[in-house]
Amino acid sequence: MKKLTTMSPAEFAATYKAWIGTVIAVLLILLAPSVMSVYNLGLLSKYLCYAMVAVGIGLAWGQGGMLTLGQGLFFGLGAYVMAIHMKLSDIGPGQVPDFMAQYGITEVPGFWELFRNPVIAVIGVAAVPGAIAALLGLAVFGRGVRGAYFAILSQALVAAFSVLLIGQSKTTGGTNGLNDFKGFFGYDLTDDANKQMIFYICAFLTLAMVLIVWWIRRSFMGDLIIGVRDQENRMKFLGYNPASIKVFAFSLAAMFAGIGGAMFVPVVGIISPSDIGVTPSILMLAGVVIGGRTTLLGPVVGTLLVRFAETQLSEAYPSAWTYIEGLIFILIIAFVPMGLGQFKGLWPWVKEKIGLGGAAAAGAAAGAAEAVAGAGPAAKTTSPTTAKAVNA
Amino acid sequence: MNMLFPQIVAGLSNGSILLLAALGLSLTFGQMGVINNAHGEFMMAGAYTAYVMSTLIGNKGVALAVALVVGFVVSGLLGLLLDVALLERMRSRPLDTLLVTFGVSLVLQQLARDIFGATPVYAAAPEALTNPVTVFGYSFSAGRLFIFILSIVCVAALYAVLKLTPLGRQIRATSENRDLAEVSGISTRTVDHVTFFLGSGIAGIAGVALSLLNSISFNFGTTFIVQAFLVVVAGGVGQLKGAVIASFVLGLCQSAIELPTSASIGQVAVFLIVVVFLQFRPQGLVAIRSRNLA
Repeated sequence: MKKLTTMSPAEFAATYKAWIGTVIAVLLILLAPSVMSVYNLGLLSKYLCYAMVAVGIGLAWGQGGMLTLGQGLFFGLGAYVMAIHMKLSDIGPGQVPDFMAQYGITEVPGFWELFRNPVIAVIGVAAVPGAIAALLGLAVFGRGVRGAYFAILSQALVAAFSVLLIGQSKTTGGTNGLNDFKGFFGYDLTDDANKQMIFYICAFLTLAMVLIVWWIRRSFMGDLIIGVRDQENRMKFLGYNPASIKVFAFSLAAMFAGIGGAMFVPVVGIISPSDIGVTPSILMLAGVVIGGRTTLLGPVVGTLLVRFAETQLSEAYPSAWTYIEGLIFILIIAFVPMGLGQFKGLWPWVKEKIGLGGAAAAGAAAGAAEAVAGAGPAAKTTSPTTAKAVNA
Repeated sequence: MNMLFPQIVAGLSNGSILLLAALGLSLTFGQMGVINNAHGEFMMAGAYTAYVMSTLIGNKGVALAVALVVGFVVSGLLGLLLDVALLERMRSRPLDTLLVTFGVSLVLQQLARDIFGATPVYAAAPEALTNPVTVFGYSFSAGRLFIFILSIVCVAALYAVLKLTPLGRQIRATSENRDLAEVSGISTRTVDHVTFFLGSGIAGIAGVALSLLNSISFNFGTTFIVQAFLVVVAGGVGQLKGAVIASFVLGLCQSAIELPTSASIGQVAVFLIVVVFLQFRPQGLVAIRSRNLA
């Protein structure tokens, strides 16, 4: 590596882009509350909860090739753990929530009591989804269930979960879910300062998850995950156990989803089976599809975009929005499978064409190549032409 | 015995419903590797066809018969359109078809909501199918009996097409070895289109039949699709036999578990049974033996 003093700005940017990116992200997060209203900040917090899920999907699906249609399960597990804790601390010891009282239940069930303790609840929002994902992963990946089979199983799992939540309404609140929370670990949820703090928590959690994935992608583990995605048998012959590598990526994705779900509860104030069913679970993929499944930031950017658009359009034109959602999946997957990430190779290509060339373009190309390494050589070489075809 | 017999009947009836919903999927997934998430919406198209026919034609029996044919064609054409427009260009990445067809299902659901409204409608059933029939001193729902018979007829017909006709031979050849089929003079492209038309058409028939039991709304298909997928996975890809056995076993299991517990526990249990079952047979019940690693 060159010394700092001899670097051109472009080289500096290419070498330290992770640090620069992190600093910019932190600054943006810290500045956001001063330029946004509390209401918009709340919306952004909600989008960030979905972005956390998307970061995990990017790891499991984009890097690991595991198309998971059931992230709603893990989102829901995290959310319900958090909701149970918040409900219990709202009503105080010895009491039962209103909906239980209506069924004549006088004592909260055991799995509720477990999460009364704030420490156990905080650990639980990540540990419960992580553990369930690990168990499921060991069961299915260990036996070589993959691809469409895995996708279908994950979808069935989330369907079963939401059916169970509705069926066991005496202890889960049924279709109404759990709502009407007052405090978040002792802080009043109606206070604007606390809402701002919750935004910070969401934003920094998302940033932390992106950095974790960034670190995994650069590590040897990242290579193993991609290896298992592209050449599972070859990895086996090399002596690796594809199942354990997949379980690692899948469980981590589940934990991210669980944490996203847990933050969803104080942000939105309700969690119900309609937030985590089959369709909501697949819609969690929409942002990843748009942003580019193999890119680092694509899932976050795509999710923020699509959720923002949803808020803007779904109230004014509810039926048009559903068509748009459908078309997102149809057009992008069919014609631009790598999403916005597909256009990454475009900029150096344009520069070369218009004759800018030189060190700057080479540096940018190297950076772009590194960034889309996950997309594989095929995506790298085809992206400019494909993008052109789409534009034309 | 008195408890057992109605249980078995209920299980067989559930199984035949699953089978009807899963049969077309089993064909398109098994033969082409396409995971059609819009299959449920093709069933919905069939169900709405039944509704439209029942309003257009006075005689309910004739309306049902016409709807079965028209539903097959309508859903089949929808499937053909989907295959020609989108899926054909995605043969090399079958997993992505899952998400594309999900998008299609969203669009079709919204279309149905915009055309027919959000409130559920009913297709008037012929009187013969609404009254219970009594066999051996037990009374059955005639509608369910009709669905049971129809599912058997569909399986038999599909089996005959696949095993006895030149078209069936071409479909099987394409699914076993696409390249070899192509160099043997089969247009695999046409075969794929026809296969998808057939599979989607069966979804239409299923939709018409199941509209006898359920109200018809834009989310008609979503009630069946997840379990239909489970049947295909448990049954094994590419084999009708597997889908038939898996439907009836899962149907029987579900009604057996539902009785002492609840419907929701029954659905969860069916899922767990499939996951545990895949521990022993990861390729499903009836797997094609192959030395292929992938």
